[in-house]
Amino acid sequence: MSNDNWIEVGKIEEIPRQGARVVRRAEGDIAVFRTVDDEIFALRDKCPHKGGPLSQGIVHGKRVACPLHDWKIQLDSGDAVAPDEGCAAGFPVKIKGEMIMLLLTPNEGCPNT
Amino acid sequence: MKEKLVLIGNGMAGVRALEELLKLAPEQYDIAVFGAEPHGNYNRILLSPVLAGEKTIDEIMLNDEQWYTDNNITLHKGKQVEEVNRAQRIVRASDGTEEGYDRLIIATGSNPFIIPVPGNELDGVIAFRDISDVDIMLEASRKSGSKAVVIGGGLLGLEAANGLMKQGMDVTVVHLMDTLMERQLDKPAGALLKASLEEKGMRFLMEAQTEAVLGKDRVEGVRFKDGLEIPADIVVMAVGIKPNIELARQIGLHCERGVVVNDTMQTFDPRIYSVGECVQHRGQTYGLVAPLFEQAKVCANHLAHLGIARYEGSVTSTKLKVTGIDLFSAGEFHGDEDTEELVLQDPGRGVYKKVVLRDNRIIGAVMYGDTIDGTWYFELLRDNTDVTDLRDHLLFGQAHLGDSGHGDDNRVAAMADTAEICGCNGVCKGDIVQAITSKNLFTLDDVRAHTKASSSCGSCTGLVEALLAHTLGGDYSESPARKPLCGCTDFTHDEVRTGIRENELKDIPTAQQFFEWKTPDGCGKCRPALNYYLLCQWPGEFQDDSQSRFINERAHANIQKDGSYSVIPRMWGGETTPAELRAVADVAEKYSVKTVHITGGQRISLFGLQKEELPAVWSDLNAAGLVSGHAYGKALRTVKTCVGREWCRFGTQDSTKMGIALEKLTWGSWTPHKYKMAVSGCPRNCAEATIKDFGVVCVDSGYELHVGGNGGIKVRATDYLCAVKTPEEVEEYATAFMQLYREEAHYLERTAPWLERVGLTYVKEKVVEDAEGREALSERFRYAQKFAQDDPWAERAAGGEMHEFTPIKQVG
Repeated sequence: MSNDNWIEVGKIEEIPRQGARVVRRAEGDIAVFRTVDDEIFALRDKCPHKGGPLSQGIVHGKRVACPLHDWKIQLDSGDAVAPDEGCAAGFPVKIKGEMIMLLLTPNEGCPNT
Repeated sequence: MKEKLVLIGNGMAGVRALEELLKLAPEQYDIAVFGAEPHGNYNRILLSPVLAGEKTIDEIMLNDEQWYTDNNITLHKGKQVEEVNRAQRIVRASDGTEEGYDRLIIATGSNPFIIPVPGNELDGVIAFRDISDVDIMLEASRKSGSKAVVIGGGLLGLEAANGLMKQGMDVTVVHLMDTLMERQLDKPAGALLKASLEEKGMRFLMEAQTEAVLGKDRVEGVRFKDGLEIPADIVVMAVGIKPNIELARQIGLHCERGVVVNDTMQTFDPRIYSVGECVQHRGQTYGLVAPLFEQAKVCANHLAHLGIARYEGSVTSTKLKVTGIDLFSAGEFHGDEDTEELVLQDPGRGVYKKVVLRDNRIIGAVMYGDTIDGTWYFELLRDNTDVTDLRDHLLFGQAHLGDSGHGDDNRVAAMADTAEICGCNGVCKGDIVQAITSKNLFTLDDVRAHTKASSSCGSCTGLVEALLAHTLGGDYSESPARKPLCGCTDFTHDEVRTGIRENELKDIPTAQQFFEWKTPDGCGKCRPALNYYLLCQWPGEFQDDSQSRFINERAHANIQKDGSYSVIPRMWGGETTPAELRAVADVAEKYSVKTVHITGGQRISLFGLQKEELPAVWSDLNAAGLVSGHAYGKALRTVKTCVGREWCRFGTQDSTKMGIALEKLTWGSWTPHKYKMAVSGCPRNCAEATIKDFGVVCVDSGYELHVGGNGGIKVRATDYLCAVKTPEEVEEYATAFMQLYREEAHYLERTAPWLERVGLTYVKEKVVEDAEGREALSERFRYAQKFAQDDPWAERAAGGEMHEFTPIKQVG
């Protein structure tokens, strides 16, 4: 995988703690989350249940609660919390200085990209 | 190195403790289990349906051997523990198997009580306790025309008798007392039960004392004290159980009737815990599932070194698992000279209900024929609710409280598998029953998690509980009486609110730390609740945490299923002007609004807007003087009015003006749940004031005030609060009532259930009878409003919170 796909998203402080913002692209939005501990995660902004925008949910611990029907999605894996089943594809992120870098190629293993 | 945990007794209580422990601390212990029976762990409550041929053994297995393997648990099955060396901490089984332990759980359960009469050791004399008993019974029933005698007319005996009868046996039940199930039923209910069982073909010998079991090698009959002899091919002794404390006593643990434990389920040797039917806690022993599971949970919590749970005893309820017979009992149903009894008897329908009250609180209930409201009475009993305001219709059931019309649906047994139980999530009876049996669910929370039934609006909760009770048999594990705010804490809503006030907690992390939150930063349930409690308690001081609000309140618009938003500007008292309508029309055209809809609250809703457009939309609306309608919030929504005296020939007062004044006074305030008001100009009540949280009905002499109504999931008409003379008084009462609700209701509890919980009498005491208190409430409301009445749309139209409305990055 080439490194060319890494893009600059913005600074950490541009995302509220326990919140998320959206990276808009033609193939569908990506939600970038910031946890209470300033960890950053990126997931396809689409709940495996009914396609709700995960970026709009309440972020708690390493989870987000979908705003439509309250499914909980694990931010690190993208998996729905049991007993619900499904996933939202994760995207690699890294921090360079204060800048959040995002790879536009999703992690493998989840068809919901 | 891991600590070593050994469980003696591979039954429901002990294994449940392990399951709870694995949830809390999966890596903490190396676990080994000794079980005397040659099976995995099965659901003993469901032996009756197995006997009746309604279920198979496989269907009632809770943990198969794979489960033990998967969880790295060593299972020594079919091995009886003979010795525990407490000094060296070693458990030894009869075959010599040894396991060392750091902690030990004794869950040896109970033994059936075999009455001491001659012949009780003969072949064919059995108890009704485990799979091997059931096998013997099934074997005996295969011989046609065979006869069974069941000694004991209690719960267990009747279930056994029913099962044997279903297998084609000729069954006689022998009971020492004059009432069946006398520990659960009073005489009238016992008589009804006896009559319906006789109709099914069961025979009874009441007040009959067994003298001997007759026969040479095998049982042939039974003789009673009065000399009567009856033939029998099989005799089932079901007169009771006694805690199996043999091992505990032998190793020197303090025992009375059971193994004595403290509130953390520890015996007198703190390394040794005990749970289940062998336990005696605060003088009580238990034989039903719900208490055992509560004990298991507490034990696991202590084993996981969390030490925050205590077992404080259980109140239990009973249902008989005999198909076609509805029976329920709970608490002290016999009553004494200090109690009152409410009784409803309808012999024609075969219905009998008795509720026993002490000091206006339910302490017991017996029901026969119509048990729909059993769970409701039980809840009122456990919560110690004052039922003064419910007394006149208590016996008619919960359905009659709110005109909800859910009542008859509660006959879950008779419902088809395809009948929809949960309308929100489209879950049918069959789905729920299937999940309960195939996934071994025991609690309402389990069912919610696996099927989604009752997890949205909650109106079918009663039905789901009834289904659980029906599927599992009566004594399933009900949600505990003490309801923590959410899974993150053990404290209740009320405790958190009081604590916030008394300890001057002023932000969410401080409150979470104070109440020992178990999660790092709460969850989607507790954070919005805490945010509300803090802002209600500390107006002007608390810094609202928008990340702890649901999206609608964070974005000040309503999210729709496709991720777009709807916008509803306020129309004061439902009145508007041509200029406002023009502005709304212009916005609708400019932003290509997909749908324009008139709401039930006399306003206009614009659908299909993208989040990024919202600030511009609001800016345009603001320019015409339109502000946020808070249609998205747990907040004051609308004040609906009719045109009143100004136009209407029946109008008695100026209802529109009053509605506008009330809305100007209360807009912007946050409440535990949405809050709606209405003012009708005459008793014809065109503004539907009697299904609002606060309703005013104008009459010639002044204003009638009504509270606690709602349309919605469960329609509830208001209760009449009082009548007042002047508009100023209306405002004072309206704000005082609203403030009482704001300060005391639980988050997400509407006024209707809140009012039912605390009682109209209480609200009257605070708002009507106590003039000083009313004034103070109203004053606190007005003070809070100083900080609440800023239009959130204007702030954002001016550029506030831009991060909420714009993408962080656009690619391509």
